[in-house]
Order: sequence, then C-alpha cells, then structure tokens
Amino acid sequence: MTDISASHDVIIIGAGHNGLVCANYLARAGKRVLVLEAAAQTGGLAASRQLDGGFQCAVPHSLPQLQKKLVDDLKLTDFGFRLPDTTLPTVALNPDGKHITITADQLCGASDADTLAYGEFTRLLNRFAKAIEPFWYKSPPRIGSGNWADTLSLGQFGLNLRLLGKQDMAEFMRMIALPAQDLTDEFFDSDLLKAALSWDFVIGNKLAPRSPNNAVLNQLLKLSGDLAGNNRYHTGAVTLFPGGANSLIRAMEQSAQAAGAEILCNASVKRVLMQDQTAVGVELDDGRTYKAHHIVSNADPKTSFFKLLGARHLPIQFAHRIRRNRNRGMVGKLHLGLKNLPHFNQLNNANGRLLIAPSREYIESAFDQAKYGEVSDQLAMEIVIPTLQDPSLAPTGHHLLSAHVQYLPYDIKGGWEEHKPRVLESLLNTLQQYAPTIRESIVSAELLTPKDLEQEYRVDGGHWHHGEFCIDQWWVNRPTYGASQYTTPVTGFYLCGAGSHPGGGIMGAAGHNCAQQILNTGKGAATP
Amino acid sequence: MNVKTTHTTPGLLKSPFYPRLAPFNEAEQWGDWNGYANALFYKDAYTEYFTTRNSCGVYDVSPMCKYRIRGDDAEAMLNRMVTRDVSKQGINKVAYNVWCDDRGKVIDDGTIFRFAQNDFILMCAEPALDWLMLACEGFTAISVHEETEEIAGLALQGPTSCALLKALQLAGVENLTPFEIGQFAFPADNPVTQLTISRTGFTGDLGYELWIAPEHALLLWDQLFARGEPYGLHPYGEESLDMARIEAGFILPEVEFHGALHTVNLDHDHSPFELSLDWMVNLKKPHFNGREALIKEKQQGSPWRLLKLDIPGEKVAENAILYAEKICKTEIGYVTSALNSPVTKANIALAMVKGSHIDKDIFAEIYYQKELRWNRKVRKCTVQQKPFWWPDRGRATPPADY
Amino acid sequence: MATAFGHKPILTMTPKYDAIVIGAGHNGLTNAAYLAKAGLNVLVLEKNDYIGGAAVSRELHPGWIYSNCSYVCTLLRQSIHRDLNLSKYGLMIVPYGSTTFLGANGSYLAEYTNEAMTYRDIKRHSPRDADAYVRYHRDLMRYCKLIRYFLLRTPPDPTSFKPRDIKEMIYMGRKFLDMGEETIYEFIRFLTMSAADFLDEYFESDLLKAGLASASIIGTALGVYSPGTAYVLLHHVMGDVDGSVGTWGLARGGMGAISNAIAGALQDFGGKIKTNAEVAQLLVRNNRTYGVTLTNGDEIHADIVVSNLDPKRTFTKIVDAKDIPAKLRKKAENFKIRGSSGKLNFALTGRPTFPALPQNSELTKGSLQFVESLEAMERGYDDWKNKRWSRKPFVELTQSSIWDPTLAAPGHYFVSTFVQYCPADVEGGWDQNKKDAFAKSVIDTIAEHSPDFEDLIAHVEVRTPAELESEVGLTEGNIFQGELTIDQLLFNRPFPGYAQYRGPIQGMYLCGSATHPGGGVSSACGANSAREILLDLKRSKVNGAAVVPEEFVDD
Repeated sequence: MTDISASHDVIIIGAGHNGLVCANYLARAGKRVLVLEAAAQTGGLAASRQLDGGFQCAVPHSLPQLQKKLVDDLKLTDFGFRLPDTTLPTVALNPDGKHITITADQLCGASDADTLAYGEFTRLLNRFAKAIEPFWYKSPPRIGSGNWADTLSLGQFGLNLRLLGKQDMAEFMRMIALPAQDLTDEFFDSDLLKAALSWDFVIGNKLAPRSPNNAVLNQLLKLSGDLAGNNRYHTGAVTLFPGGANSLIRAMEQSAQAAGAEILCNASVKRVLMQDQTAVGVELDDGRTYKAHHIVSNADPKTSFFKLLGARHLPIQFAHRIRRNRNRGMVGKLHLGLKNLPHFNQLNNANGRLLIAPSREYIESAFDQAKYGEVSDQLAMEIVIPTLQDPSLAPTGHHLLSAHVQYLPYDIKGGWEEHKPRVLESLLNTLQQYAPTIRESIVSAELLTPKDLEQEYRVDGGHWHHGEFCIDQWWVNRPTYGASQYTTPVTGFYLCGAGSHPGGGIMGAAGHNCAQQILNTGKGAATP
Repeated sequence: MNVKTTHTTPGLLKSPFYPRLAPFNEAEQWGDWNGYANALFYKDAYTEYFTTRNSCGVYDVSPMCKYRIRGDDAEAMLNRMVTRDVSKQGINKVAYNVWCDDRGKVIDDGTIFRFAQNDFILMCAEPALDWLMLACEGFTAISVHEETEEIAGLALQGPTSCALLKALQLAGVENLTPFEIGQFAFPADNPVTQLTISRTGFTGDLGYELWIAPEHALLLWDQLFARGEPYGLHPYGEESLDMARIEAGFILPEVEFHGALHTVNLDHDHSPFELSLDWMVNLKKPHFNGREALIKEKQQGSPWRLLKLDIPGEKVAENAILYAEKICKTEIGYVTSALNSPVTKANIALAMVKGSHIDKDIFAEIYYQKELRWNRKVRKCTVQQKPFWWPDRGRATPPADY
Repeated sequence: MATAFGHKPILTMTPKYDAIVIGAGHNGLTNAAYLAKAGLNVLVLEKNDYIGGAAVSRELHPGWIYSNCSYVCTLLRQSIHRDLNLSKYGLMIVPYGSTTFLGANGSYLAEYTNEAMTYRDIKRHSPRDADAYVRYHRDLMRYCKLIRYFLLRTPPDPTSFKPRDIKEMIYMGRKFLDMGEETIYEFIRFLTMSAADFLDEYFESDLLKAGLASASIIGTALGVYSPGTAYVLLHHVMGDVDGSVGTWGLARGGMGAISNAIAGALQDFGGKIKTNAEVAQLLVRNNRTYGVTLTNGDEIHADIVVSNLDPKRTFTKIVDAKDIPAKLRKKAENFKIRGSSGKLNFALTGRPTFPALPQNSELTKGSLQFVESLEAMERGYDDWKNKRWSRKPFVELTQSSIWDPTLAAPGHYFVSTFVQYCPADVEGGWDQNKKDAFAKSVIDTIAEHSPDFEDLIAHVEVRTPAELESEVGLTEGNIFQGELTIDQLLFNRPFPGYAQYRGPIQGMYLCGSATHPGGGVSSACGANSAREILLDLKRSKVNGAAVVPEEFVDD
C-alpha cells in the first residue's frame, strides 16, 4: 500500500546500534530513512555514559561479536572507528595469587595436560563457530512452510554441520546440549581453569555452569566476531572498544547520516500509527507524527508489540508468545572511577580481562541465590580496565574499572532500593580480596542493576539480549515464530533489535538482517 | 490466588433450580453439563420436544459459563477476539459469536450480552476463561469475572412463551425484539429482585431466556409454574433440545466441531467458513483473531463445509459416512448430527463435506438396526440452504400468543 | 524370593550358545526372549540369585512382597506385552487411580480418575488453571504423539549416508512435519526448556505447577528450573495403560511379575537363565567377541554377547581397555549416569491416614506426592548439588498393596516411596548414620501429612543410590541408566555413533535403558536391540513376519 503523505520509506524506532546499522544499510540502498531516538544521544545500551569525576564508560566493554564485514560495508573506519589492534588475555584470578592466564593459543599457570586439552577445546569450538557462522547474518527460515528458499536454508544448515566431518558433527549435536560444567569436566582438570572457561558459556543469561542446553550456543554467539584475527577464540583473545563504545557508536551514527539517514534524538515514540491493519507511521510523545511505508522497531519485543503497537492489532496467541518471552536480566554493571591503577595480588599486568570466579561452584552458588530473587555476597565478576588501552576515558592518571557482575536478579526480594547499597558494598569487599588497596583509590562508583538498565535504557526486563539467549528463544523462535523473519503479523511493522535473531551483543546482525528483509520484500519476495 | 480449603464434592453439582427439576425427573436421567446435573429428559424426550414447538417449555441453562467483562478496553478486547463487530452491537443486545485461534480455527461459540458501553457478559457452553485471559493480555483497562454461579438461567421456549411472560405481568415483554435484553422488576406485583430477559434461545422458535439471582431462582420457577398450566409449560431435557437445535441448524461444540484449544491432530479443528458460519465473519472490521487466515481461506476455498442434508427415507443417518458415488468408493465426509424431524417430517442431518464435493452428488451410507440385526442403506442426499425449522413467529414482534 | 530358575544343572564343558545376554533385567530378558523367538540358543547371565534387575518383587520382610526398585509402570509397550504373550505368564497391569499433590498447610490438589472432578479440583485453586489444563494437555499429547512413533524404532545416525539411516531420518522428518508449522516451533522450544518455564506458560497455581513438575525431576540430576527438564516431564507422561496415554499402572504381583512373565516367555522359546553368574569380562579375539568369563572363572562362549548393563559398567569394567578405542572408553567415563534418587520401602501393619484428604475418597488410595512449590523443589536440587540429600525432599508415595492383594496379608500394607534428591556421593561418603538421617528426613516429611504413618511401620528398607548400585548394578544408582538430557537422547544415547545398539566389537551389543528410548520399564530398548541383532544375522523375519514389532498400535 502506498501512502502519498509518507515522508520517508522507513522509520526506525530507536537508535541503538542495530537501529543505526539497519538505517545505514537501507540508506545505502537508496531508502529515505528516519531514525527516532528517545534519548538525547544515540547508542541505546551501548551509548556512552559519564561517571562522576570525568570518567567515560558504557554498559558493554568488550567487542567480541563485531565482524569485519560490517565495518567494511558501512565504512566505519572512515568515520573515526579504529579496528582493535591488540587482543587481551583472560586472567582467571586465584585468591591465593596463582592465577591462570588464558591467551588465544596457550595457558600460563596451568598443567601441560590442561594446555593440551585447551588446544582441542579451542579447535572444536572454532569449528562449530565456523559451521554456524553464515546463519548469524541470515534471516531464519520457516520450518514446514514448504517454501523452496526455506528448505534450501535448512538444507544448508544440515550440510554445514555435515561438512564438519562425521565425528565433529556428532560431537556438535551432543555438545550443543551440554552444560559448561560437563563440558569443562570432559576436557580439563584445574578447577580455576574450568570456572574461567565456563564464564563465557554463561555470561549474559540466566545460565549457570550446571544449566544444560544453552551454554554452547551462548559461547558460539560470542565467537561470531572476527576482529581478533584468524584465531577468534574469545576467552583468550578479548577485544575492547578502541576509544570506548562511544567511538563505534559515533562512527555508526555518522556513517548512517553520510549514507543519507536522518537521525532525530529526543524523539520518543508514543505509538505506531495504524491504518487498514498496516503500520503507516508513528506518533511522538510531543504529538509530532511521521509517516513511512515501513516502520522498524529497534526496541525489545515486549516494548515493540505491547507499548508501541498495542495488543489489539496482534493475534492472541502471538501476543501471548511475546508476553511469555523470558527477558529478565541477570547481569549487573559496576563502574569504578579510580585515582590510580589498582593492584591485584600477584598480578603484574592488569591489562587483561580479569575474572573473579574461582570455581564453578562459586558461580553456581551465586546463581542459586539469584534464582530466588536474592543476591549472593560472593558474586562473580568480569573486570577490564579500559583506560589501560585508552587513557582518554579518564582524567590523567586516573583509571576506570568496568565490571560485569553475575548474578543480580531483576526482581529482588525487598526491592533494589533497599538492597543496592549492600550489594555494592559486598562487591567492593570481593574486589578487596584480590586488590586489597582498591577502596582507597575510588573516586566514584556506580552499580547498574537490571532494573536500572530497564529504566535508563528503556529495555523491558533490563536484559542485554532483549530476551534470554537460549535454544528455545533462538533462530526460528526468536523472538517467536511469526516474527522470526523480522516481519511481524502487522504489515509494514518490522523488528531489528537484539530480541530478534541472532541476539544481542555489539554485532549489528539483527539490524543488517532486517534491512535485507525489507529490501527483499521491496523486490517482491513473499512475506511470511 | 484464593485457595478454598473445602474439598471438591464428588458427584454432580446442583443448579439453583434443582429442587424443582428433580421431582419432574421421574426417569432420573441426569447428564453432566460443566459438572452440573442436567436432565437428559424428564419423562420422554419426544413429548418434551413438542413443548418447544407446540406450547412452551423450560430448560435449565444455569450451568452455562458466564464471564462478566468490564472496562474501557472491554469492547476492543472482545472485538479483537470474536469474528463479528462488537462495536456495532447495541446496548441491551445479544449477539451470537464465534472466536478463533490465530489459525482461524474455531475455539468455541457463545453469546455476548451488552449491558452498557463497557459492560458485557460472554456466555458459552464450555469454560473459556483460559482463552479470555490470553485475549486480555496487553489490555489494561479490563476486568474479567466469572459469574456462572451468580446467575441462574431458564430458557423459556415455544410459541406460547411470550403469552406466559405476559401472564406474569412483565410489562412490555412482548416488545422485546429478537436478541434484545429487557430488565423487569420481579415479581411484578411485589418486586424483590430484578429479572433479566433476553429474547434468545437454541430452538430456532419463539423463545426467551430468563436470568435471575440464584437465591430467587425458585421464586421465578414457582411463578412460572403457577401460571404455566394453560400454556402447556413443562421442563424439557437435553435430548429434546438436541432435536430442536438440529432442526434449527444450530451447531454444537464437540459435535459439529472440535474446539481448537484441545485438538491434538493437525487440522482436525474447523474454521467458521467450514462450519458455514460465513455470515458471522466480518472481514470488513479491523483486526480480529484469525482474520488473516480467514481471508486466505475465503480466497482459496474451504477444505470442508458443514451442510444441511435432506435424506430420503426414514432411517436416521447417525454416524453415516458420506461418499461421492452410490457404490461408496470415495469418502467425502461424515454426518455430525441426524434426526427424523417430527415437525417437518424430513429425515435431516448436519454433515461435514469436503469442500470439493459440496456441489456434487452426496451419498450417505446409513447403518441401522432391526431387532439387533444391522442393515445398510445408501441414500442420495439433497443439500438444504435454509434451516429445516425457522418459523416467522420466532422473529415477529410483538409475537402472537400461540 | 525363590525364582523358578535357580536350579539349573551345572555345565561341565565350556558351553557354547548362539547368544549371551548379560543381566536379567527386564530389557535383557526381553532381548533374550526375542532372540530365542527367532530360534537362537540364548543364555541370560544374572549376578544376583534372583532375576529382574530393577523390576523385582522380593519378600524383604516376612509376609510383605516389595517392588523395591521400580514400583509403577506406564512405558511397557503394549505391542510387546501382546507379542510375547505376557498375560499367559501371569502379567496383568492394573491402573492405580488418582494422583494427589499435597502441599503445605494441608492444601492439596488432585488429579482424579474422573476428568470433571480434576477440573473442579484445580478450579478450587485457580479457575483459570482448570481451564488452561485442557490446553496444557493438548500440547503434551501433541508431543507424546510424535515421540511415541519413535519408541520402537532404532534411531538413525544423522551423520551417516547409509540408505537406511537416510530413510529413517526422512521418516522422522515427516512425522515432525506432520505436526504442522506451529507445533514444530513449540516442540523445539519444549524440548530444550525447563519444566518451570514450560508450566509457567500455562498455570498460576504454584501447587499445580509443583505437582506437575515432579515428573520432570524424578530420577534426574537436574532441577525444575534447569533447561531440559520439560522433556523429562514428557518422558513420564508419554506411556500408557491400555492406550490411555499418561496413565500409570501397577503390575499385579509386584514389578517382578513383569520380569517373571518375560522370563516365562523366554523359557518357552527355549532360552535359559543362569543366576549367581556375574560376568567378569567380555572375551574378545580379533575385535570379535566369543563369549564371557564369570567371576568364578567359568568361561561361556557365544558369537553374540549383549550387555544389558549401563555403558559405564560395560565399557570400563567388563570390556578390557585394550579391546576398545581409548576415545570410546573416555566417552563411557564421561557418560552422565548420576545418582539423584532414594527410596524408602515400608511394610505397614495398618493403613495410614492422610488428614488433608477427604475421608474415604479415592484419593487416599492413589499416588500421593508431597510437594510444596517449585522453589522448594529447586532448593532440594541445590542440596543435591552441594552433595546433601534434600532437606525438604520431594516424596512420591505409592500404596501398591491397596491395589494388589498379592503383596501383603489383609490389613497389612506395602508402601513404597520415591525420594528426590539423594546424592550418590554424599559429602564425606555414605555411612549408617547418614543413611538413618536420610531416612528420618523422608519419614518426617511423610509424618507432616500422615501423623499415624510412623507407628505403623513394621519394616523399612532404605535405599540410597549406593544400595541401588551395589544390588542392581546401576552405576551411581541412576534409575534411567543415564540422564535423559538431549546430549544423551535418541541418536546421542548412550553416545553418538553407538546409538544403534551395536558395540565397538563385532558380535557385541547393548540393550539396556542407556540406549534409546531410555529409562523406564518399557522393554523397548531390549526389543529394539534384538531387532538389530537379528538384522545382522539376517534372521529378522520368520515366515515373512518381523520377529520384533516395530512402530505402534493404532495411535
């Protein structure tokens, strides 16, 4: 349907990184694109934030998933984005000082047997990652539709697995269901190493070392980036944002604008405008309206469907499937502004990703409390000090400590208001065990709980991925069938956020895939 | 969650009218309707059937599930749920409705009573709370409350029904048009409660449904029966109701169609088009559940159609399989309900027929028993468009007295 | 209890059979019965002095017959029951009625035998749940319908290009597609999610959710919040009694009646059983088996040896390390066979009362499940993770003798309880004190619901996973012979590449619950394995008819 009053071809609600990527690809294909952002700046969950004392930080601090292809397609380097030139090791901190340092291809501080096993472990995971790599940047097929393209896509998935070879394919189909606990047990001896390697299987989700089915998938998503070079394995080769998250977001924003996309900040969308069962525009909180042929939401599925669109426009079972989508975040973020570089016991170089997760039981027990809406006094943490790579993020001589914290339940018994000071205090206590003098260096501190993320970034549930990243909410079921090809039951309304395949993390794949879907639809391809 | 500590009582529940129904039920033939004792027949189904066609009869509809839906979003929620346009339904009007799942398959049918802009009751023969609550997700200004036990109901059906109500001094009751709701102080001479009357029913004939608070149910019964004798008033049971509804061409859940929410096998449920309820599907109104699928089905044709069949002879075509040829080679459908119609003297059936065969020859393979011995007949069927029994008196306002 | 097979003449020369089956559990006996039916000369070797493995009836206290391991049955394939004519050998499966979930503070929720009563009882707790139960049941039945097609079939190898594997993959694919697009997506979700998440999508009543979730953790070293437990739930409802899917039954005479009936069929086909005959080693020459040696040094020869033992036991104890690839041994070591369940079996001198339940109702005779909430169950799992038995265990109490007059004298009762969780490796190791403390925690839980129970106890048998392992030979006392997680199901069971019942050594096969379709008294593993053996021997048909039934009765 053509609406002659439409000022744009596409309106994108939300200038998170996926929204910016989607806008960019569409603009490059000649579409007139308008991006509407409720906040004062672009970036969504990756937007930069200021910490008292002149520190610059952001919720994400590492960049495992970004692909070179996207950087090239959008010419991000022309707009000030620097490709990371170094990778950081992961350091499994041991309270007794006997840390294990994990790099891309070796272990320092572990036994020979573990080092040997690490090689095989990395090889297998990289092979699996390679096999499913093409599917991150591809719209999921429909199963049982009888459609030729869908059948082909499924066939290709099967073929890719088969090309792993008989043994690796069989291992893939078994290991995909294994919890981190069993997987690491099959390979390694050292408890500290097992815990450290488990971290990337569980972080970001309601997953603990003993949780089956979703751990390997969670890891494979992190292995989707290739900025770390040929050996992409992430636990041992972490890439940070050169120049902070801000530099990537600015590059994405400017590149999109250069391609012709119009970006409006402080433009909070109140609702999607409907006409004859078709999404035709948006109305802002301030009453302004814009019209377009395609309305794309970069918001999470619940916000997109219930707040922006409204249940009355949706099929009942579909709406229920969106409603039941599990999207309660489990990860918190700790930022500490420090007046000097913290010293960790027996650690010469803090320029790495430091893990406080001395054993898998430690992680599991933190998880066990979060399950019931409680918070452990012994939380697990992933720490980086971005200022070691980019001193400009803090005043001269000062440093920023950025840490992901697991597990903080979205719903805490008694409410976050009451518990937040206690949790922050216990985090500092934990840090102190490893870096005894850290308290004296603190200039400013903030702890962001999932509730905070929800409120500050308008992400229902405060989840990194806009929804649990797990097999039952993956691929054809992300966010749910009927909307897993970026189209929705409402004509003209699309999704491009992390709630869609392939999920969250700074990757841009959902934005890319959604743009492709819109462009293909324009060419007359069938919409599901 | 409000856990009652009492136990679930074994046996059938008793409707508020039970103390009066029981003495009539000399045969002690009780069926189970939503857990309530529901008379299959009182004395004899055939005789009771004639109360709905010749005089008037009462049927206890208290076990009907009733959901009160209130709030500013009530109309929007219901309009998204059902296939007809609720926004066009007037206040104090009743509308027969079906609702579908996302695939356009019928979940159930029922009636919506509208009492005010934001005040509805959904009535249906089977529980619908699960689906209603799913349908409410995403709406905020809405409340759903089950009132099954809070409203007692009697269907008063038959050509003398209006006359009997007039005899109760219910002023203006004769002016109720079909599907209209009226409120009456009751009893008229010494009011203690309010009686809600809707001109609705399941017999295809003149009839009303009377709704009252359960504590006054026996009062209503006694008032009716105190004056009912000259009008031929008698309770009728499920079996006679079934006869009447087949003549009227009304469908029954779990007889004509298998509800989509408990259908295990793919496509063993049916769309409203397949049930020949085309007139109820308003494709012009905004989005409603199943709309996309129904538009598609309308374009592509329905795999099945529910037909009304007129069958020669007198052998009832119960459970008959339908064929395209007299030699019974190609199966094209099955009979869902069948009856030798007493008023029309026709041998009738409702049958599900494959869409590709509705305009072609249809043969019914009928099995019947003669002193235990099974016999078989193959009859060529004629498709009827209109209900077998649909008298004008059922639609006339004011209705005649008999 | 004496068995009919205890006194066989002692063989003096090295005897030779066509096939040896190690372990007279119900799957081993089924396997042997089918091989014998096809005309093979079969010997079943059993380490204990009684047969049946975990499907036994034993007089552990004078006058009381105990089904002391498995205690109820639903998966036993009806087609095998009919095919082996088990009724002739005394087998009768009797449905045992209602299931009641007893919660805290005297609350309860019952699944009656009558659907309308169940509806009303759920409605007491939540009107919405009573109605949603219909949708829940529909969805489960859709998934059951799919899985049931695969129970009596050999899993295909998805990595193989053999015509048979491709054909089977297509068969599976077609059944999958037959569900329709929507159900396919829902099934994919269902297969991988947690029981708690699954139930949350339908219900609001915690007691109902907890009660239904009990099926998702029985025998499983996972919690109700663990992804993958929804499938375990299905595994417990996909069986049937006389076609009534989801119904459970008791074997008249105790669960040993199943083993004894299969043994009867086996012997009628000419097969033999030797008890007190523990196998020490599989004899292998040139990667081919030629028999076994027993722990007493005896040697028995056969071209075919079928192991009904779990793969851990088979590949790390009976098979010599030099006879198999190191990788396979590693797989066996990694195989997840975790002990998580305990049992207390009681001889009672009177019938216990349960004050929460209506007096004299059918509920007092049915299965009683003591649950509180999903959270309480999950906390029970947390205890297991920390190597403790659950402080507040989930207990299922089955009053077998109420339904089976053969188990105890009139006025006496045999009651079995199943307890989740109880670890195989409790902190510091099991000893008598810990065993007593474990038993006390279970009896205390029962006492909360039945004040007179404890006074009626004439004898109690306490079984931690350690007892189950030492008596029955199930490693860690895992009742399924291996966890029912996706990495150990279908073509992954017991491990990839070995799911078609063939071992790494020629002539060697597996037939235990560690193979597809997994745990439960189903006989399916044994039958499927027999089908493969007979296929290799080119004896799968007799007079044109398949010896081992495939597929299902009318579903």
